[in-house]
Amino acid sequence: MAEYLIKNGFVFDPVLGIRGDATDIAIKDGKIVEADAVKNPKVVDATGKTVMAGGVDIHAHVAGPKVNMGRNFRPEDKLFGYKPGHGIERMQGGFSVPTTIRTGYTYAHMGYTTVMEAAMPPLYARHTHEEMRDTPILDQGAYPVFGNNWFVLEYLKNHEIENTAAYIAWLLRATKGYAVKVVNPGGTEAWAWGLNCENIHDPVPYFDITPAEIVKGLIEANEYLGLPHSMHVHTNNLGNPGNYTTTLDTFKLSEGLKPNSRFGRDQVMHHTHVQFHSYGGDSWANVDSRAKEIMDYVNSHDNITIDMGQVTLDETTTMTADGPFEHHLTELNHLKWANADVELETGSGVVPYIYSPNIKVCGIQWAIGLELALLAKDPMRVFLTTDHPNAGPFFRYPRIMKWLMSTEARKQQFDALKYRDKVIDATNLAGIDRELDLYEIAQMTRAGPAKALGLSHMYGGLAPGLEADVAVFDFNPNKPYAPDDIEKAFSNARCLFKSGVQIINDGEIVSNGNKRTLWVNAHVNENPQVMRDVKEKFLRYYTVTLNNYEVTGHYLQNPYVIEVDATQ
Amino acid sequence: METVTLTIKNQPELYLEADTISPDTFAGKKTEEIVDLPVYIGKEPHRLGDFFEVAGRTGATPAETKIVVNGDLSRVKYIGMKMTDGEVVVNGDADMYVGAWMQGGKITVNGNVDAFAGTGMKGGEIVIKGNAGNYLGAAYRGDWRGMQGGKITVMGNAGSDIGTFMNGGEIVVGGDVDVHVATHAEGGRIVVKGNAKSRLGGQMVEGEIYVFGSIDRMMPGFAYREDVDLEVDGTKGRFALYEGDLGERHRKRKGQTIYGKLYQQIQA
Amino acid sequence: MTKTVTDVVCPFCGTLCDDLEVVVSDDGKELHDVYNACAIGAEKFLHSQAKDRITHPRMRQEDGSWKEISYEEAVDYTARMLTEAKKPLMYGWSSTNCEAQSLGSEIGELVGAVMDNTATVCHGTSLIAVQDIGIPSCTLGEVKNRADRILFWGCNPAHAHPRHMSRYSIFPRGFFTGKGHAGRKMIVVDPRVTDTAKMADIHLQIEQGEDYELLDALRVALKGGELPDVVAGIPKNRINEVAETLKSGRFAIIFFGMGVTQSLGKNHNIDAAIALTRDLNEYTKAAIMPMRGHYNVTGSGQVWGWQFGFPFAVDLSRGFARYNPGETTSNDLLRRNEVDAIFVLGSDPGAHFPFSSVKKIYGLPSIAIDPHETPTTEVCKVHVPVAFVGVEVGGCAYRMDNVPIETRKVVEPPEGMMTDEEFLGRVLARVKEIKGV
Repeated sequence: MAEYLIKNGFVFDPVLGIRGDATDIAIKDGKIVEADAVKNPKVVDATGKTVMAGGVDIHAHVAGPKVNMGRNFRPEDKLFGYKPGHGIERMQGGFSVPTTIRTGYTYAHMGYTTVMEAAMPPLYARHTHEEMRDTPILDQGAYPVFGNNWFVLEYLKNHEIENTAAYIAWLLRATKGYAVKVVNPGGTEAWAWGLNCENIHDPVPYFDITPAEIVKGLIEANEYLGLPHSMHVHTNNLGNPGNYTTTLDTFKLSEGLKPNSRFGRDQVMHHTHVQFHSYGGDSWANVDSRAKEIMDYVNSHDNITIDMGQVTLDETTTMTADGPFEHHLTELNHLKWANADVELETGSGVVPYIYSPNIKVCGIQWAIGLELALLAKDPMRVFLTTDHPNAGPFFRYPRIMKWLMSTEARKQQFDALKYRDKVIDATNLAGIDRELDLYEIAQMTRAGPAKALGLSHMYGGLAPGLEADVAVFDFNPNKPYAPDDIEKAFSNARCLFKSGVQIINDGEIVSNGNKRTLWVNAHVNENPQVMRDVKEKFLRYYTVTLNNYEVTGHYLQNPYVIEVDATQ
Repeated sequence: METVTLTIKNQPELYLEADTISPDTFAGKKTEEIVDLPVYIGKEPHRLGDFFEVAGRTGATPAETKIVVNGDLSRVKYIGMKMTDGEVVVNGDADMYVGAWMQGGKITVNGNVDAFAGTGMKGGEIVIKGNAGNYLGAAYRGDWRGMQGGKITVMGNAGSDIGTFMNGGEIVVGGDVDVHVATHAEGGRIVVKGNAKSRLGGQMVEGEIYVFGSIDRMMPGFAYREDVDLEVDGTKGRFALYEGDLGERHRKRKGQTIYGKLYQQIQA
Repeated sequence: MTKTVTDVVCPFCGTLCDDLEVVVSDDGKELHDVYNACAIGAEKFLHSQAKDRITHPRMRQEDGSWKEISYEEAVDYTARMLTEAKKPLMYGWSSTNCEAQSLGSEIGELVGAVMDNTATVCHGTSLIAVQDIGIPSCTLGEVKNRADRILFWGCNPAHAHPRHMSRYSIFPRGFFTGKGHAGRKMIVVDPRVTDTAKMADIHLQIEQGEDYELLDALRVALKGGELPDVVAGIPKNRINEVAETLKSGRFAIIFFGMGVTQSLGKNHNIDAAIALTRDLNEYTKAAIMPMRGHYNVTGSGQVWGWQFGFPFAVDLSRGFARYNPGETTSNDLLRRNEVDAIFVLGSDPGAHFPFSSVKKIYGLPSIAIDPHETPTTEVCKVHVPVAFVGVEVGGCAYRMDNVPIETRKVVEPPEGMMTDEEFLGRVLARVKEIKGV
């Protein structure tokens, strides 16, 4: 394989601790190596440019049945925004829900190389894998959802951690999944009857277990197995004024718990898109930001990581396994609503949404997301996301970087809000003049997410031995720049390498890459009880046979298995 | 105003996609440049000049540009698409998407048009002397924002699905219409001077429909309220007012529920 | 001696039963028997063994007779036809696997084709309605485990989806539905007294073509509003009775078919049915699901969705994807003489399209990829037989509720016969050669 030497760029790497020094980065055989280990490299001159590891997105909805529903039920999302194919690039379409081809290329243009699909309904896992296979360049994995799963609800009601762990291991293997995802625990099973769980002590109809018991039990089972990633949760009560108390209650379920993982993560809980869960007040009239209370907790408890869920003030498409929330949303905005409840497992909803700068609440939401990041004491535990496409399309990440790095850019956006003063009154953002630097951005978009995923041995940094995922941007942090220069530079990587293969040269895609699909194979002691339960439920309640459920290897492009030994 | 005249000299083997025929594209261009503008037959690119004789001059801006298109254009699509100003006159029949996504200016067709004329119209005016096809002034597939403004006048008949998801603006049809008028409308105004068939105002949230002639079948969700005297588009008469669609959601303004209104002229 | 293959997926209709058992000879070359399938599914497997099967590609001659040609010649004819056409139509895709559908997309992109599938004459109107109003839905297991109010509108599962009622919708004893059909109420809306209607607790014998009006009336009834005495031939007290029956259930599900997707109003009928389902969610849990016909038309919609952004009628001719039924749908393209070559794979437009469209296919360069002799192969210039997906080759298919299931290979195809994927792979390579890419 080719050798490369990326010379003299301003490197920002939290793994090596380099804060913008001009450093050479060498690539050989698909990995980063010491600069003197390459004999005859092709030289990429990065003088005056910023160099970082490839970006790692810990949470985006980019592959699977509800994503595709978003595409198929929104022809208008494609209108006039297409990009014809040319050269090795296939045609691309879609604004808030891009086609899989566009997803791969657009992430690459932003210098991202690893993207995790945030929620995979197990019965539909094959579909998720087909879409990931058709997403070029990026290494990917997907999180099966567990928080409304009948096996989990029944085992955890009796606090059967070992059985829960055995089932998790079995399901990860059957779906070729990566981690334990929990969405609106209990509430989506309640939604199968048109109901919901409004707080973490609200019991699930019939199954009579509370969301708190589900979350706590899944944390325990996750640590029993010692999986690479922690339990990853979207808690109850999303999007409702006053919901920050539910969020703090949920955080507290992790109190005192330590991770059991040889994969390097320090957290037992990752809470996602916390912006949607940080609201005070009790109605849309008086909703306000509680990012302070949220970040006081996050800052003082280092066994939690979060991601932002930043609102970008775009017309976008919301989609989540929080089925009741989507029904609530369509009742608010009267736009088209798709819903899909999945037997024994989960549900989902999809509704278009316009985050308008002319609506006060949207301005407040925009401010809250930024506050979460700007109030963070440890950027290695707070990650940049938009819960794509829920709070905004992922290609806005560079715009979010601009807002985080520039008070001037934030002021410009404030001035564009119709109810600017009301938004300022209801939030803290205008009073925050912290500006993040590129090192902190690298922590929030590369090193931090990789570590939280248990993948710091592969991604997130430029230390020798890591995957040669390297991005070069036309941005000189040492010369004067306008805030918009940040957005422009980080939307169009000058160069990108993925696993040592050059993907982007001079801003153009030159390779469709060789993406990998990551999944976790956890080995547990034989558990005849769980296997019996599985067989029985498939025979009596599922509508596919057990033998037809498992996703076989050929659906995965370049499968990369992470083995976990959880035998006792 | 300067005028460019296009006269079709060759018919395409299939259909010609001519979205370049618009004052916005022509403005400020010389004849040599206009002749070189791209048009497509399926995947094959061609030049406008391969199919049209071009004469005259353009204005510096769309507002100062008038385009006259002569001949049988029944295989030419997208005339006047997305125009923001200026004028287009079509002397013949035109195919689909005349004035689609139009924002301003005026299009006159001295002939018939096929489907999707005025799709997603935001402003401006379209006058069709002959008949219009289906989906006149309708929303694009999936878009809840249909016609927002402007006016479409058809002297002859129109097809089905006129004004779907209409939000504003006005459509006036001199002749008859087919099924599904103002489906899902949230505003706007449609006048049918001839006869209508069925499914008028289906799932209508708000807006107005006026029918001078007969209605074969009324939606069950429309309830008769009262008779009123009105003048509609120059015609004075007594109209029966129906409100609906009662199966659909409705908004409130100042405590009052706002319904869609369907007025049918009472024939003496 | 024989062996039995279990958990076989039936490749016929959208019910996609996956519990079939197929008995084959030990050497895997002969198929002997099929268990658990309905009559149609069983025949799908058994007829693959027909002795008079077409096993080689063939080309129509001047005198109307067929002449056998090689796969190579067929590949070359196809690639030339597609590259030389200004706007080729690549239609069908519903009776093949996702892998083949994906290859077809690659070809379509290179040759600037319009890609269309059988939804264009079937549930395409449902897809249009979903684009306008969304769709509250669920998987078939939710119906099995929870539903106690089942409404079949404009469909006849007794004939078209024979095991639907026993596997999912009426008879099974699920987790919350231990009483089976005794705990369920069944409503059928159909102008005819069909075998399905005969089973119903309530049969509304609706006036043909007035479904949109009846659905509107049901929405009014749900709100407790005033109705005319009779709507669509149904007296208002019956309409109120149905509204009450649906409201009083714990979980109502509406299944619908061609009776509403292809009768007057088409997508508007489905739109109104979805609106009714939406409204019902204010009183109880309600969902709605289309009874998809071909076993993988859903898959074609999914594959094109993630690759192009649209589920059918996808026009790739300008190098990017565009969509507008009425313009980009097959029958409109044929009616208007807007396409100049037809490629058909995995369906039978000769049988399903209006005859005026079939005549157009006859008059154009055309090729049909199909294991069978069909009305389509009769009007095409070249016929290429391929292996049966789900019988002689596996591959992914999507059920009517979008659940993807992997079909199996249970028996060998005839000697030398290609699969759809193999043929398409060759065509793709030849197209690239011709285009010099």
